[in-house]
Amino acid sequence: MAVASVETSIRTGSMTRVFLYLVLILFSLFYLLPFVVMVLNSLKPLSEITGGNMMALPEVWTVEPWISAWATAQIGIEPTGLSPYFWNSIKMVVPAVAISTMLGALNGYVLTKWRFRGDTIFFGLMLFACFIPFQIVLIPMARVLGLTGLAGSTPGLVLVHVVYGLGFTTLYFRNYYMAFPTELVRAAQIDGAGFFNIFWRILLPSSGPIIVVSVIWQFTNIWNDFLFGASFADLDSQPMTVALNNLVSSSTGVKEYNVHFAGAIIAALPTLVVYIVAGRYFVRGLMAGSVKG
Amino acid sequence: MSEITLRNVSKIYGSDDAAVNNINLDIKDGEFMVLLGPSGCGKSTTLRMIAGLESITAGDIFIDGKLINDIDPAERDLAIVFQNYALYPHMNVAANLAFGLKLRKVPKDQIESRILKTANTLGISELLTRRPRELSGGQQQRVALGRAMVREPVAFLFDEPLSNLDAKLRATMRTELVKLHNDLGTTIIHVTHDQVEAMTMGDRICIMRKGIIEQVGKPLEVYRNPANIFVAGFLASPPMNLIEGSFEQEGDSLKIEVSGITLTIPAHFANAYGNVHSRKDVILGIRPEDIYTDSNDGRYTCMETQVVAVEALGPETIMVVKLPGGKEISARLDRSFRAPIGSALKLYADIERMHLFDPETEKAIVAR
Repeated sequence: MAVASVETSIRTGSMTRVFLYLVLILFSLFYLLPFVVMVLNSLKPLSEITGGNMMALPEVWTVEPWISAWATAQIGIEPTGLSPYFWNSIKMVVPAVAISTMLGALNGYVLTKWRFRGDTIFFGLMLFACFIPFQIVLIPMARVLGLTGLAGSTPGLVLVHVVYGLGFTTLYFRNYYMAFPTELVRAAQIDGAGFFNIFWRILLPSSGPIIVVSVIWQFTNIWNDFLFGASFADLDSQPMTVALNNLVSSSTGVKEYNVHFAGAIIAALPTLVVYIVAGRYFVRGLMAGSVKG
Repeated sequence: MSEITLRNVSKIYGSDDAAVNNINLDIKDGEFMVLLGPSGCGKSTTLRMIAGLESITAGDIFIDGKLINDIDPAERDLAIVFQNYALYPHMNVAANLAFGLKLRKVPKDQIESRILKTANTLGISELLTRRPRELSGGQQQRVALGRAMVREPVAFLFDEPLSNLDAKLRATMRTELVKLHNDLGTTIIHVTHDQVEAMTMGDRICIMRKGIIEQVGKPLEVYRNPANIFVAGFLASPPMNLIEGSFEQEGDSLKIEVSGITLTIPAHFANAYGNVHSRKDVILGIRPEDIYTDSNDGRYTCMETQVVAVEALGPETIMVVKLPGGKEISARLDRSFRAPIGSALKLYADIERMHLFDPETEKAIVAR
């Protein structure tokens, strides 16, 4: 990898280099600025925001807004902070990501290694799932959740997100497994491995990069989803995004901007962590198969 | 211990022509059978049908008299070595060897002893803890072989296992595979497009083209008596010279006119070809190694030729020459022989060893 990048990089003069770095640094400052403002203001007492400069450093540093946002802030009618909703989100995201990734992998496996008549049409139809706007499925989905008795529950939200994510995860794994040598599958068949044994012991162990892609994609999308959460969740299953909205758009009392900033950061933190931990595999996974190593 | 029998086996993909067209083949117990042919001849498809990796469109395949058409590949108890080896990349060598045994629920201590035994036989004992990508091509090849051997299958199926090796290693592996076959005595079906492999390794070879079997026989038998033009032109390198010509009756003697040369067929030979008197057109085949620079006391037939190209290979010199009628043929001559390009050259053909083919059916006209 390292050798290849050295060989393929185009040599430039040092002046060009300096210019390139300047531009890149400017852009990253531009992108980082909002985040910096959020962090700074979440560490100030409210008076400093209302009476002063948003861009200034805090005169008094305080973590009070963070504690309030997490544990005591008024969300709707309950002064619980965001913490219960954070756990709601976790309880929804983890199974939804796991199930949709596993099913996507299984679909990709079948669509590439156990091909059947009409499999390309089938795959084409599955791809439609990637293009259907959320709003279109709201009413049919509500009906399905009602019929299955899952309305207003976390399992209901998990179902919604699994169904919606399946198109993407299938696409990822199908394209990844296209490049996976079929002879390995044949060798395993001859060795006596059945359908699931081959999947479990031969394909999955080699699927690291694409699993990372699928997990990041699904995690970010499901965690950040607002519409399904707002439409299908009850009070006790509402995800983080809905709670954050309730915190920020509350129309009574004083607007506690510092608490809002802290809450917003808390809400964004998990996706940020996932990117930082697995981000470098993300690009590698997206590139996998496109270039022969 | 296994005989493999194919009866009227066909494979048809969709609406295409048959990839394998109604073939019959009996592979004897312990035999080293080579399926030889150019790419697309159906040899790999045949192998895969035997392995169970492809369904059989029509016909029956038996192993030891048992019909296996609908039996799962895992239960046929065959082992394949693939061209690209198909080693499991995330497992080390020992795990690669153990995989099939574990799935078959072989006891652990037995798995270990079998792996060690196989690794010793193949000289890969030091590699057991390595991953496939840390191995050279030749080592991967051995591991792939080991994975097949450790299972102790009823037969081995080799799908061009040597074609990814460099020339030197390929030659070594050829002899090793033959030795291995002698030691194990297991039936082997070896698919290849390399006729050197076929000649040197096979107890018998089965030459295929466009989904049909052209000829089956011992390597030297097939070399000596090719059944048709395709086999004559496919086996050996450079292949047999094939020259269109026609018969002429001159008194008692039978002559063939080919590319401006008239060859008198010796009386006793003409009698042997007695059934060809009525034919006019014929294709004459003569192997490059049956052409000489001396007449052997007048026993060989003289040909006036012109040198077109000289390939000095070291052990031998391949001379491409033009006959008076314009047809180019090649001759395999002594390594020290040289002649300038464009010069006239007298060559002598051993007519006793010629072959005749019917241009219409492409079949050999067999001497009676």
